[in-house]
Amino acid sequence: MKAIKEKHSLTMRWCHWVNFPILTIMIWSGMLIYWANDEYYIKIFGHTYFRFFPDWFYNTLKIPHRLSEGMAFHFLFMWFFTLNGIFYIIYTIISGDWRELVPKKNSFKEAFLVVLHDLHIRKMAPPQNKYNAAQRIAYTAIIIMGIGSVITGLAIYKPVQFYYLTWICGGYHFARILHFALTLGYVFFFLIHIVQVILAGWNNFRSVISGFEVINENPKPAIETTNTDNDEHSR
Amino acid sequence: MSTPDKKSKKELTVEQKINRRNFISFSTFAVLAAGAVGGWEWLYKSPEETAGITAGARKPLRRALNKTELFFRRVFSDNHMVKIYPKSMAAKRVRVNSDIGIEADKKFDPSNWKLQVAKKGGEVLQISLQELMTLPKTEIIYDFKCVEGWDQISHWGGVRFKDFIEHYKLDDYTKMQYVGMETPDKGYYIGLDMPSAMHPQTLLAYEMNDKLLPLENGAPLRLIIPVKYGIKNLKRVGSITFSNTRPRDYWAEQGYDYYSGL
Repeated sequence: MKAIKEKHSLTMRWCHWVNFPILTIMIWSGMLIYWANDEYYIKIFGHTYFRFFPDWFYNTLKIPHRLSEGMAFHFLFMWFFTLNGIFYIIYTIISGDWRELVPKKNSFKEAFLVVLHDLHIRKMAPPQNKYNAAQRIAYTAIIIMGIGSVITGLAIYKPVQFYYLTWICGGYHFARILHFALTLGYVFFFLIHIVQVILAGWNNFRSVISGFEVINENPKPAIETTNTDNDEHSR
Repeated sequence: MSTPDKKSKKELTVEQKINRRNFISFSTFAVLAAGAVGGWEWLYKSPEETAGITAGARKPLRRALNKTELFFRRVFSDNHMVKIYPKSMAAKRVRVNSDIGIEADKKFDPSNWKLQVAKKGGEVLQISLQELMTLPKTEIIYDFKCVEGWDQISHWGGVRFKDFIEHYKLDDYTKMQYVGMETPDKGYYIGLDMPSAMHPQTLLAYEMNDKLLPLENGAPLRLIIPVKYGIKNLKRVGSITFSNTRPRDYWAEQGYDYYSGL
């Protein structure tokens, strides 16, 4: 029999979907800024493997010569990005949802099993509630990354007024590298996230919009027992 | 989202509940998404500000820059010092990024130069470099930061703007809100808020790496203001003015933030 199982709170869904376009704008405007001094590349043993970014990339996205525009967008949307993040964190703490989110003691070991399962190496996935161990780690990490972006961002935005942040981030130069690396992290997260969402299917995707999943409940046994561990019932 | 409907006589079936909640949440999502797209379109296509002291930015974005300035001015403090470095770390070859207002093909003779300070009532104070050099010299080795994203540790020497003000008894003028500086040819010009100009690390510099400034670095006198991006560090200061309104600013006319503070 079909049943509704509550999954994501309205606040969590709101924060998720507000963050998505804001972060997109932050990454885009960040690239407009980065272009003006695009000095980063991956170099291993003297060989340059990748330059951030190749010309075709800049030209396709119409990035060149838009520094002032990028800054104007970046320094507006930074407010929304930060406020939305603060709102989410406060909500998650107060509501107690953090219990479902932060990694547990065995999460790191379990996450490995989840990955093996996802890669079709292992048949059984470890049992889970709202999030599995790998999700707990990934979704907590992305929040910490968000905090990191705000801190490294402030460290390069106002390195004199927030000199202590710049110091914590290892100086102006290193803070800019961290700020950039975190952005690469978001892109990497996004790619895996999208693949996982597609693989997880409609029911899972819908729950981030409507808040619930549809599950199949086992028919009730003919003889009523007093066993009430069926928590779907109480919702 | 799932307020049980008390008025309905019959309990909804699970299927009905699912459909109902799907409909509500997806239509809400669609409306909000359309609103977001519309909002973005509006912002992206919003008209450029009317050119004045600032220009070149979209109207709402300029407003945001100015509001953001007000916020970050609150955290500005004379006690927040720019980090200083040992002399050994200063670049020997100092990057020259721009020559606007000091182009090499323009005739300029540093020996004829005098700093012009516009005072009230049309009086103009004329100060020679020799005179400035009799004032106490301050040196700073700090990380010069360009709005483009690069930075370079460099070594400058000159008169603290604060000392300059005191020496020439211009204290009354610091009650005004802004300082304006322009190159002698008026090709490059900047505006500074008074607190930033009066910051203890702001210099009217005439030396770089213990030698008199080279022409391309702004000889005979340039501004070194470590609490601002490089765009505000005017080379070859010709004139200084004081005002309560924003003086014109070269890069603020090109879409950049007027404040550009660090």
